[in-house]
Amino acid sequence: MNHISDLRVKIGPLGLKNPVIAASGTFGYGLEFEPLLDLNLLGAFIVKGISLSPRQGNPPPRIVETPCGMLNAIGLANIGLEVFLRDKLPRLKNLDTHVIVNIYGHSVDEYGELANALKGVDGISAVEVNISCPNVAEGGMAFGTDPQVSAKVTEKVVQNTDKPVIVKLSPNVTDIRLIARAVEDAGAHAVSLINTLTGMAVDIDKRIPKLANISGGLSGPAIRPVALYMVHQVVRTVKIPVIGMGGIMDCRDALEFLIAGARAVQVGTANFVNPTATVDIISGLREYCDEQGIEDINEIIGSLLLECR
Amino acid sequence: MMFEQKTEIIFNKNVALKTFLLGIRSQEIAAHAIPGQFVMLRIGKGPDPLLRRPFSISGTRDQDLVLILYKVVGKGTALLQEKRAGEGLSVLGPLGRGFGLPDDEQVPLLVAGGIGVAPLFFLAQTIHTTNTQIMMGFGSSNEIIPVDVMGDFKIQYSISTDDGTHGHGGLVTELLATSLEKHTWHPSSLSLFSCGPKPMLKRVAEMALEHHIPCQVSIEAVMACGMGACQGCVVRSGSHETQTYQYVCKDGPVFFSHQIDWNQP
Ligand SMILES: Cc1cc2nc3c(=O)[nH]c(=O)nc-3n(C[C@H](O)[C@H](O)[C@H](O)COP(=O)(O)OP(=O)(O)OC[C@H]3O[C@@H](n4cnc5c(N)ncnc54)[C@H](O)[C@@H]3O)c2cc1C
Ligand SMILES: Cc1cc2nc3c(=O)[nH]c(=O)nc-3n(C[C@H](O)[C@H](O)[C@H](O)COP(=O)(O)O)c2cc1C
Ligand code: FES
Repeated sequence: MNHISDLRVKIGPLGLKNPVIAASGTFGYGLEFEPLLDLNLLGAFIVKGISLSPRQGNPPPRIVETPCGMLNAIGLANIGLEVFLRDKLPRLKNLDTHVIVNIYGHSVDEYGELANALKGVDGISAVEVNISCPNVAEGGMAFGTDPQVSAKVTEKVVQNTDKPVIVKLSPNVTDIRLIARAVEDAGAHAVSLINTLTGMAVDIDKRIPKLANISGGLSGPAIRPVALYMVHQVVRTVKIPVIGMGGIMDCRDALEFLIAGARAVQVGTANFVNPTATVDIISGLREYCDEQGIEDINEIIGSLLLECR
Repeated sequence: MMFEQKTEIIFNKNVALKTFLLGIRSQEIAAHAIPGQFVMLRIGKGPDPLLRRPFSISGTRDQDLVLILYKVVGKGTALLQEKRAGEGLSVLGPLGRGFGLPDDEQVPLLVAGGIGVAPLFFLAQTIHTTNTQIMMGFGSSNEIIPVDVMGDFKIQYSISTDDGTHGHGGLVTELLATSLEKHTWHPSSLSLFSCGPKPMLKRVAEMALEHHIPCQVSIEAVMACGMGACQGCVVRSGSHETQTYQYVCKDGPVFFSHQIDWNQP
């Protein structure tokens, strides 16, 4: 029998046609991928982190490959809010998918200003708050590692926007559940995790760090088990929806996160390796559901069996 | 136009020390490629090596063959060298901005360091004038990539080797200097194109400036996506005060030599 499974999920007030989202910083402004895939097939995509003013980012080298992963120290290079709204957004408005804007500020007030500037803007479905980028010396790290500061940023954004707020958590903390709970209490509609894990690599011939910035954020398959366990922990801690990510390369990886309780998944580094990874995962999920006779993907979400082993 | 395709390897043959010529079948890439553009190859099957690797397109043949000249330097290229005819290879391309072609009156001077010949062979194939000159520098005679590996195109060439085992003993930029002295070309009738290690490119850029010759260079950076999405592949451009970053994968890999800040590491 051939039936069509329902892949729709809800992230708080936001309904997605499927649970697959392209992750911030790995999908440009979406437009870069248009020649290779139909953006309308995606559950959503998240644009590169935007700050109030444009940022040049870190000096090169910014990228180094490590076993089963990569370190990046882009330094949140971006075109800035104004140029994004003027040049990029108009080209994204007519898409039949959700465009989510990832924001990053230098202070709690800046987060507020960014949220405010996006208020009422057509074509933006939600705001993802990056409190976790480890690359920027000005204190990107500090927001996401302290529960109180995380809560303050969340509160500020929630107060200043009319859009659903997703707070993106850093894994570089002792207990991610504390941060998750704090941002839930502060009004976040969802959390997404994990951002990159801080790391470094050394050139043994020159005896210098391989990244000009010394440290960078680790992503890719190398971080998947860490990410999965954090998702598992957070799912059991908060009531708001959890969006899982970290090293998802294909449909099987995505299923691990969904079974662990993630309401949706984000695909990051995989976009570089296989530019159609997102849409391949969507068709993979559809096939899986059909094969297993699953009519609604929500049957899988959080279906992890813990007792009967 | 950019394509992501599973292509078939037609050949992968050793042409010089640690240097291979790879031929893959792609009508689309062959039809759209411009000299100076590159492709990203997915070499590993699993998660290691993870990222695609960038390679210049070094020529096309028979309308559907894309040629790549590569040197084995690490994990990915060592794996690539193992691949055999008939195997599949995932290719993304053509990517980036290629060379602006010289006009008919100009004498194209091509200066290559080692594997830097790769994009310049494609350029030579495309401009196809008999007055094209290519100067190629290699470490030693066993590293020399013969021009006829690309098929027969007419080109005047000269070779230097660091150890003097073939041709001029010394640097390829010395060949360029001699060539510029010897000829009484008007600077505006010349056009320089170069690819190779950074110190060599820097020297070529200086000579271009001294002689007022327009000079295009193809440069390298570590890349993750190759299509402007990750913002990893920057190079410094402009002078100190006006310094900005350019993205090698989409603003380049070909730049005018005066656009690049050669004093930065
Ligand atoms: C636009 C562009 C065009 C290129 N064209 C060619 C070509 O036609 N033929 C060719 O042989 N090579 C070319 N290269 C370089 C080629 O991409 C690298 O040699 C290759 O990625 C090395 O992979 P690896 O896994 O073997 O080496 P790794 O194990 O990753 O590294 C080995 C060494 O290579 C260096 N390296 C790694 N990646 C790059 C990179 N992207 N650019 C420069 N150096 C790198 C590392 O710093 C290290 O020293 C090009 C690079 C760029 C950016
Ligand atoms: C090159 C690069 C740039 C990134 N930029 C951002 C960013 O601007 N904002 C953000 O919240 N996360 C950013 N991330 C983190 C990813 O969105 C994602 O959380 C992380 O890479 C883990 O997922 P992955 O293993 O699937 O890549 C970036 C990651 C990479 C590799
Ligand atoms: S390689 Fe990703 S932006 Fe250039």
